[in-house]
Amino acid sequence: MNVAVIKYNAGNIQSVLYALGRLGVEAKVTDDPEEIQSADRVIFPGVGEASSAMRYLKDRKLDEVIKGLYQPVLGICLGMQLMCRHSEENDTGCLGIFNVNVKKFVSTSASEKIPQIGWNTIYNLKSDLFEDLRENSYCYFVHSFYAEKSVFTIAETEYTKAYSSGLRRANFYGVQFHPEKSAAVGEKIITNFLNIAG
Amino acid sequence: MLTKRIIPCLDIRDGRTVKGTNFVNLRDAGDPVELGATYAQNGADELVFLDITATHERRKTLAELVRRISGEINIPFTVGGGITSVDDVYNLLQHGADKVSVNSAAFKRPELVGELANEFGSQCVVLAIDTKKEEDGNWYVYLNGGRLATTTLCTEWANKAVDLGAGEILLTSMNHDGTKQGFAHEITSELATTLPVPVIASGGGGTMEHFYDVFTKSHADAALAASIFHFREIGIPELKTYLAERWIPIRNDLII
Repeated sequence: MNVAVIKYNAGNIQSVLYALGRLGVEAKVTDDPEEIQSADRVIFPGVGEASSAMRYLKDRKLDEVIKGLYQPVLGICLGMQLMCRHSEENDTGCLGIFNVNVKKFVSTSASEKIPQIGWNTIYNLKSDLFEDLRENSYCYFVHSFYAEKSVFTIAETEYTKAYSSGLRRANFYGVQFHPEKSAAVGEKIITNFLNIAG
Repeated sequence: MLTKRIIPCLDIRDGRTVKGTNFVNLRDAGDPVELGATYAQNGADELVFLDITATHERRKTLAELVRRISGEINIPFTVGGGITSVDDVYNLLQHGADKVSVNSAAFKRPELVGELANEFGSQCVVLAIDTKKEEDGNWYVYLNGGRLATTTLCTEWANKAVDLGAGEILLTSMNHDGTKQGFAHEITSELATTLPVPVIASGGGGTMEHFYDVFTKSHADAALAASIFHFREIGIPELKTYLAERWIPIRNDLII
């Protein structure tokens, strides 16, 4: 299977490659539109800041490339947030694949630190991405901004409030947590993504 | 609910895990990748690899080790030891590390924290502080593996480092480290309840109850220990079950 990981100015791309490698999949890191368009699966990873990431994508016309993809696409963390309509992080207009706004966590107690760092549960699981996973499976999160709940929500998590930890529209999937760092649960989610009928 | 984290720490010298307390009586404890993978399978939430190699070959061997860890381990891991520059960190992240911890080099040149946070994000910058309570009742920062005293208070440095961009604080009490008499309640609690970032408590964990206390009384976000895990005095699955039974939010699902 031909898996493309979109190369841009964001962190954690290496971690995604290593996770795929542990599953025996050798992915190609690329910002070449043709390579991305011809891949069987596209992963859009990212840890970083929204406005500089969007600027980078637009400068290379990768924003249009991503929006025009037909094959299964998985956005991870910042990647998922960039697939939404707008992010409060530096008031950034995003790709708009999911008609959802990304907001900053507002702490409701001293124990709710921002960013959220650590393992939290995902529940109300829908879609083939979570096939064979139990409700309230644990995944690893690191983030300060969250996607609101919407009709596109396929997984929820609670931190300061309930929000979307998974989104799906047509062939586009996004997860807020890091499946590449979420032990066996994460490996199952990546495997499920690779097995989605393209 | 966000869970409390259990973090085994592996000290590395020349690419091998070493066991010992307070840098004395170091014994070879095998391949860090194998040991780390075992901890990950047993439910560790994260791992910390701390390189104490003193030779100039360190940079290359550490990068190679990190690459091997990334190839085997499916949970987040932090790498520390001798990091002094953005280049050092870039090299480690390229080999798959998720976070780095900085200690003495950041104290000596605090701009390092900001440089790393700007370049890689705060989520990847763990500030390690070794602290000691002295006879005047204050907690002071110590450097160079606890050998060099400073006149700076732990709380001062922690606050400054967070302002500069540190994303987590790894707090080791030298008074408690190696004693197995429990974590440092006072300073852990002070930092964990006042800082806006997570605090990882380290030093003194000897029983399962100590972990319960550090999460409930001291409000730590995570607890780190080394020898009690290496010497199998406490098993991670048993510890997590013990905590879960006492209503500590903990990730306790080894079977998916």
